[in-house]
Amino acid sequence: MGRYIIRRLLQAIPLLLIISILIFILLQSSGDPLASMGGKHVTRPEDRERLARIMGLDQPIYIQYIYWLVGNDWVKIDTNKDGIPDTFGSRKGVLRGDFGDSLVDRGKSALELIRERLPNTLILMIPAEIIILLSSLLVGIISALRQYSLTDQVITAGSFIGYSMPIFFIALASMYIFAVNFRKWGLPYLPTVGMFDPKIGKTTEQVLIHMVLPIFSMSVVSISGYSRFVRSQMLEVISQDYIRTAYAKGLSERMVLFGHALKNAAIPFVTLVGIDIPFLLGGAVITETIFGWPGMGRLFIDHLTRFDTPVVMGILMLISLAVVICQLLTDIVYGWLDPRIRYN
Amino acid sequence: MDALLEVKDLKVQFNTLEGVVHAVNGVSFVVEEGKTLGIVGESGCGKSVTVLSVMRLIAEPPGKITSGEILFEGNDLLKLDKTSMQDLRGQKIAMVFQDPMTSLNPVLTIGKQISEALIVHKHMNNKEAFNRTIELLDLVGIPQSKERFNDFPHQFSGGMRQRVMIAMALSCNPSILIADEPTTALDVTIQAQIVELTKNLQTKVGMSVIWITHDLGVVAEIADRVIVMYAGYIVEEADVFNIFENPVHPYTLSLLKSLPRVDSRRYERLEIIPGSPPDCIHMPAGCPFMPRCGYAIERCKVENPRLVNVGEAHMAACWVDVKTGRLD
Amino acid sequence: MTQTDAPAIPEIEKPPLLLGQLVFLRFKRHKLAVAGVFILILLVFYAVGGTFFKSEDYSLVTDSSIRLTSPSSIHYFGTDAVGRDILARTIYGGQISLLIGLIAMVLEVIVGVLIGAIAGYYGGVLDSILMRFTEAMLNIPQIPLLLVLGKMLSDKIQPIHLFGREFSGSVIVIIAVIGLTSWMGLARVVRANFLSLREQEFVTAARCTGTNNLSIIFEHILPNTMAPIIVSATLSVANAIISEAYVSFLGVGVMPPTATWGNMLNGAYNYIETAPWLWIFPGGLIVLTVLSINFIGDGLRDALDPRALTQAE
Repeated sequence: MGRYIIRRLLQAIPLLLIISILIFILLQSSGDPLASMGGKHVTRPEDRERLARIMGLDQPIYIQYIYWLVGNDWVKIDTNKDGIPDTFGSRKGVLRGDFGDSLVDRGKSALELIRERLPNTLILMIPAEIIILLSSLLVGIISALRQYSLTDQVITAGSFIGYSMPIFFIALASMYIFAVNFRKWGLPYLPTVGMFDPKIGKTTEQVLIHMVLPIFSMSVVSISGYSRFVRSQMLEVISQDYIRTAYAKGLSERMVLFGHALKNAAIPFVTLVGIDIPFLLGGAVITETIFGWPGMGRLFIDHLTRFDTPVVMGILMLISLAVVICQLLTDIVYGWLDPRIRYN
Repeated sequence: MDALLEVKDLKVQFNTLEGVVHAVNGVSFVVEEGKTLGIVGESGCGKSVTVLSVMRLIAEPPGKITSGEILFEGNDLLKLDKTSMQDLRGQKIAMVFQDPMTSLNPVLTIGKQISEALIVHKHMNNKEAFNRTIELLDLVGIPQSKERFNDFPHQFSGGMRQRVMIAMALSCNPSILIADEPTTALDVTIQAQIVELTKNLQTKVGMSVIWITHDLGVVAEIADRVIVMYAGYIVEEADVFNIFENPVHPYTLSLLKSLPRVDSRRYERLEIIPGSPPDCIHMPAGCPFMPRCGYAIERCKVENPRLVNVGEAHMAACWVDVKTGRLD
Repeated sequence: MTQTDAPAIPEIEKPPLLLGQLVFLRFKRHKLAVAGVFILILLVFYAVGGTFFKSEDYSLVTDSSIRLTSPSSIHYFGTDAVGRDILARTIYGGQISLLIGLIAMVLEVIVGVLIGAIAGYYGGVLDSILMRFTEAMLNIPQIPLLLVLGKMLSDKIQPIHLFGREFSGSVIVIIAVIGLTSWMGLARVVRANFLSLREQEFVTAARCTGTNNLSIIFEHILPNTMAPIIVSATLSVANAIISEAYVSFLGVGVMPPTATWGNMLNGAYNYIETAPWLWIFPGGLIVLTVLSINFIGDGLRDALDPRALTQAE
């Protein structure tokens, strides 16, 4: 098992490298970062050039990538174009946590901004994921056990619809029903914007109420998708011979379900979930935008539209890192759950 | 000898998209204490469905047991409630299936799978179950039982897995062991070992066995009594010697003739049974074997023969006496 | 009586059905899938046939005096924030959205099948490289990537003139972006199938007769793995439509004045209380389209399931 983990770890490193290269190339071609840096400082062409040299923009792209990765505070840059390098660079590089400074929020490093917003996203995502997981399992198992019954057909139809809905539609629809119309009809209504009401302050209660609609929107789509998967996995497992053997031993339905079926059905489910988790971070962009939630997703789109490359890259890299780590963890859990993999 | 299990006029159907499949059509037999019943027939003739009905493991939609009685120790199993049936399964009547590869749960250790029945039926604690499982593994001939308790099914060979299945079935000392083609998926040499093992265990433990197979060679080795099934009917029933010495039904004859023999002449062709397996959805009015029978007469087309006595403890369902050519 | 000759065997076997017929019959059994086909046809008629009812110029007319009016007899779906008729916009927007879905799917399928087939067939180093690349692409979250690419490239391409109409260049960009970021799943499946199919005897037989590699890939192996490709292609149309909607909704997708169902939703949440018709109609159309495509895809998947096809019917 240990060897398996180490092997997977070693495989992850080149993967991350490739991803970082891809993302880097992507953003390097996104245009001139200097163009978006307005202000008094860079009006003169000499200043522009100087800045370009300090930022390393005159270097070939692979050098730029290296600087981006490990910084340039260990080389001297030629700032005044006299052919002699004189000052050391000031970047530490991604590997040491320096994603550069935000081009929009001056004075703050990209990492700082990300760090501010990340907890907000997590506060939303983690409960959402737990709810999604448990509900999907529940719904999927019930649907499988009651195959062809009315319950199953209703659930299947509902999942289909839920799964086909783009998140924003559900978000908007739920906003419309539960916030706008409830208010019109005099019912207690849910808030739609932000993490808390600024008049009341950031209390737990406030945050919880504000979490309801976003989590609901995200859950509907995810649960619909996952529960169908759980259902089909369960159905397949139930039709296996070893389930018949378990019944032949005189075990009750519950024992067969939890002792035999679930573990087998869970394996692909865990794999699916593990791979999907970090994408919640990505999909949150839409949810956070609609509900005005001050998280990483909002940060991403806000700074993307304003060409803040360091922040955007930082977020992309972090999410990719999360993906790779989650995949690794999923593989480990998978190996632990399925003995056939373990003993290879 | 007492009748341990008595099946009376069992009929089982399946509702499928193509129509109603008449899988079992009025099957009756008796299993005596300590004896082995062999059930022979080709695939799809209803052998498995019959024994699965005894265990009440037929999925109720799409299957349905439409009539009959299954008397075990005097009680009609078809009238038992769910909990009582669960108590019986694995404890009084146990089953071994055909494919040991898929019949064992791949993510649970074999030790756990064997102990399960012990814990549930005999209310043993983990330690007691462990010890008993080791005993069972030794009994069925698994070497290094203690170490292998925590191994998984994929770490065993096919023959070993089947032994594990047998250990699992025997764990609570059942009165009847039902073996549904347990050696079909195994090599011939392993097959011989399993048959040998079963015979020894039977003698030791004194249980009855129902052994299903399409292989007459195995039947000869292990069965005391044999029933031959075709299209959901029993077409012949006799002691094992009589089946081989005095087969009466044309189907039984064909089965015996199609066996390759050591003493046959080198260039003799194997005799095949012409035609295709019966269509159990559209059952004919007459004898289901008629299309493939070399002895068929007009009556066979319109009337399905019933089982009648043709000798001592020997029954067959045929209008024709294959030896004399006369009507029975 | 001596043994007579065996009587003539009655013909009890039906002639086997052609593969296409079989799939069609099985597909018909899924009522939802059939319903999906009808709905989709209706939607296509709406988007295409609608041009006969409302001209494109009409859809572009802005009139601030009638902005944000609710659905009425003149404007069945109401008007948007700059006074454009929403019904007309959904017609033309629908054309773009559906088109994007289709073309992106074609792109996806081509890339995915090519990469999967080459990796699966040749194996070795080529396989490793392609798969590393695929994995890396898979690990980059799609929506942020789409957003970035969309933002980067949308305004780089000039408007195109086709059939006498003008489309924002961002349409091409979005098609390319979606197509180039969604092929990975298909590539993996195709590769897996190729890996197992190339070991089969018909491939060896083809090689023995001197068939070259390209022929083997496209004429021998590929037809045997059509089922997952067809299903994947169908579902990817739906995904492409949703992806376009996501990206346009956030303002970095297809740029106005070219309408798509997605960019019609841009900013709709600001008017959620006052003008729900802004998002109900385009949003509802998206849901209907995606729903029907998903039904069809599901029906196809069941109809083409190889396990079920090999069972005797």
